[in-house]
Amino acid sequence: MFITILYYLLAAYVAFLMIWNIIKSKKWQEEVLYVIVLIPFLLRLLRLK
Amino acid sequence: MNRGKEMLRKILILALGLALAFFSGLSFYRSRHLKEPVVLGPGVTQVKKLSEYFPPLRGSTNDENVYVLEGAKTGGSILILGGSHPEEPGGRLTTWILAENAAVERGRLFVLNSANRSGTTVTRLGGAYPADYTIPTPWGGQKFRTGDRWSNPLDQWPDPEVYIHYPTRQELAYVDIRNLNRDWPGRPNGTLTEKTCYALTQLIKKEKVDIVIDLHEAELQYPVISVIVAHQKGQDLAAMASMIVSSEEFKLGIENSPKELRGLSHREIGDNTDAISLLFETPEPFLDATRGRTDARLLLEGKDEFVVKAGRHGLLFEKIDEKGWPIDVRVGRHCSTIIQVLDVWSQDHADKAVIMKNVPKYAEVIQKGIGAFLHDPAKVDPKRIYYE
Repeated sequence: MFITILYYLLAAYVAFLMIWNIIKSKKWQEEVLYVIVLIPFLLRLLRLK
Repeated sequence: MNRGKEMLRKILILALGLALAFFSGLSFYRSRHLKEPVVLGPGVTQVKKLSEYFPPLRGSTNDENVYVLEGAKTGGSILILGGSHPEEPGGRLTTWILAENAAVERGRLFVLNSANRSGTTVTRLGGAYPADYTIPTPWGGQKFRTGDRWSNPLDQWPDPEVYIHYPTRQELAYVDIRNLNRDWPGRPNGTLTEKTCYALTQLIKKEKVDIVIDLHEAELQYPVISVIVAHQKGQDLAAMASMIVSSEEFKLGIENSPKELRGLSHREIGDNTDAISLLFETPEPFLDATRGRTDARLLLEGKDEFVVKAGRHGLLFEKIDEKGWPIDVRVGRHCSTIIQVLDVWSQDHADKAVIMKNVPKYAEVIQKGIGAFLHDPAKVDPKRIYYE
């Protein structure tokens, strides 16, 4: 259970990094890429997939 | 670009991503929570929960229905597992037919349609599986979740680098810690899948089960196919059933359960309980690595030109032609093999006989289709409907 919680925290951290990168990026292509990477992390955090 | 326009662009891209996440998430949620009705047949005398045999499972995804069919006369006890690997629908559909149609005159039958229910709530990651499939019935059709080979990572995550089987400590593939048919005999303080196997082992012991039948399907590129895999305690029984089925209905082989490959039902149940353990395999082209489009049609019709081509190159362990391996044929094989195993067992063990009626044999399933044996939930007393 402890390891599972740790993995959810890691997933949340990566999701936060993706959003942070979207904010900091200057190129729209990179922003699209970060959003695509973000989706599976969001789905896991929301316990949908 | 000024900051206002840049911020607006970022918000739009993020909103697009969130919309994608919403709609895909909604699809996954609906698929995971699809209700699969089971109309209790006349033979079902009781529906238990698996947690009755191991309370820590209570309320979990794998606190599954156990359909009990008890005859008026005492006899033996048989446990039939469908859905150990939910992506092998022949097993689940066979147990559906049993739960909705079988009548037991002597002995007891324990039936699980979703031995690993967690595995029914997800499809194979990257496998492009359909979320569900529909079996046509005289009253329309019944929808089933496609499922996966392994438990849902939402119920058990993460996987270890190497899965060490309990109690033998044999090293197995990491992902197989979520494979119900690699976790036997189970562990009370282990993962959800290990706990599920432990609960099933307790059921076998407490109910003094004589035979466990684990229903599976296999890709045609896998050598263990169209066979009964038997623990050494069940070799005579499996051999006799295999001979009779092969002479009367369809070709069915027998394989001995390897002693050094751990965690499988046909090995561990036989080793750790008094029960005889058997595992049935039918051909399922949907699972072959060389398959084409992975859709519900392939799952149900079992037709695939690429698998046929692999067969022409001698790469398969089972025959296939343009007719494929339809689901009715696969389920019919399981039904007939179960009937034959019970017949042989009952003839040899009069005091532990299990006499079962109203289960269609191979030819009848093919002629009428599986749907003919599924009952309309709208036309029965709601008290006789359970959901998987």
